Amino acid sequence: MTAAPEQIDVLDEAREQVLERGVGLTEAQVLKVLELPEDRIPELLALAHEVRERWCGPEVEVEGIVSLKTGGCPEDCHFCSQSGQFPSPVRSAWLDIPGLVRAARQTRDTGATEFCIVAAVRGPDKRLLSQVRDGIKAIREDGNDIQIACSLGMLTQEQVDELVAMGVHRYNHNLETARSHFPEVVTTHSWEERWDTLRMIRDAGMEVCCGGIIGMGETLAQRAEFAVQLAELEPDEVPLNFLIPNPGTPYENYPVVEGAEALRTVGAFRLALPRTILRFAGGRELTFGDLGAKQGMLGGINAIIVGNYLTNLGRPAQQDLDMLEELSMPIKALSQTL
Amino acid sequence: MTYCSFCGKEEADGDHGFCRQRLSMIDPPRYCSECARRMVVQVTPDGWAARCSRHGEITSAR
Ligand code: SF4
Ligand SMILES: [Zn+2]
Ligand SMILES: [Zn+2]
Repeated sequence: MTAAPEQIDVLDEAREQVLERGVGLTEAQVLKVLELPEDRIPELLALAHEVRERWCGPEVEVEGIVSLKTGGCPEDCHFCSQSGQFPSPVRSAWLDIPGLVRAARQTRDTGATEFCIVAAVRGPDKRLLSQVRDGIKAIREDGNDIQIACSLGMLTQEQVDELVAMGVHRYNHNLETARSHFPEVVTTHSWEERWDTLRMIRDAGMEVCCGGIIGMGETLAQRAEFAVQLAELEPDEVPLNFLIPNPGTPYENYPVVEGAEALRTVGAFRLALPRTILRFAGGRELTFGDLGAKQGMLGGINAIIVGNYLTNLGRPAQQDLDMLEELSMPIKALSQTL
Repeated sequence: MTYCSFCGKEEADGDHGFCRQRLSMIDPPRYCSECARRMVVQVTPDGWAARCSRHGEITSAR
């Protein structure tokens, strides 16, 4: 008679594999975590927090972002209120250089070390790149030494080189969702095109920031697939967004991701990506309210966007800074990043 | 006549509870409350400014 093989608990496995050895979970393991019953979420978050402390340390990276060019994008990402292809109320707008300098100063004043300049485009044209160049120059002339990241869509090699020359230290380009789900979300470009830009960024020595949005109709298996595809990229940072169903977009009637499900996702992504900067990005206000943000910070997250987002508003920065103080989590200083 | 600055419909027409909730949490105004025109909105880290081509600019500071 043979005994039935004993079921190994995925969190026990994770303790040995991720916490002790720093090896991220496999796709099958991530899926098991995403399927954990609700009463095991506290245990999951506690482990994810231990993993984050062990492999990333106690600091929290604080970032501010601003939209340099808003709306009117030719692409059709179904979650995006800035696509020109949907009847969204978001109209096109350009931020001028003084506005950009003010935004960078507001961000620096919160103690943030990262400032990300974002444009709603398929990829940058000459006008946008020269605006970014002038903007960075003006931010420096303002005496602001904050690190500058950009998110300007898909790049050519020449554009990658230009951004490096401007001193852009990190580039954000989200894969958004699992490769298998991407064609449902975007039809005007491919997951592979995004991947190509990410490889160029990495090869040029810029830090890679690549994440996505949870709650776009993907299955739990696709969520697990996505976590592992991100791990394969070895990004320096992964921003985790939760869908904001925005009016006029194809996803306007999608449900907001539930708090418990979102926390499971946070924990699972940390266990798949033990060494990555895992950032709370858009949608957390709607998904969690105030309470859940704290649980996320104690469940594997080690970076946040403070203040407003691109077209949506966040909590006032001070509220998040107070939260970090209450949690006794030190904010990463500029000196630690240089 | 006043219009909902989230959905652009007349305030008196229908329920705007959801709209008000969104405006209090994560959304800047998108429609002019006086004429329902879509406004040009710039969000910045600590505020927003929204401009109606007819009725001028309002900001989060006011
Ligand atoms: S490329 Fe960016 S700005 Fe354009 S529709 Fe997609 S997500 Fe929105
Ligand atoms: Zn309304
Ligand atoms: Zn008006």
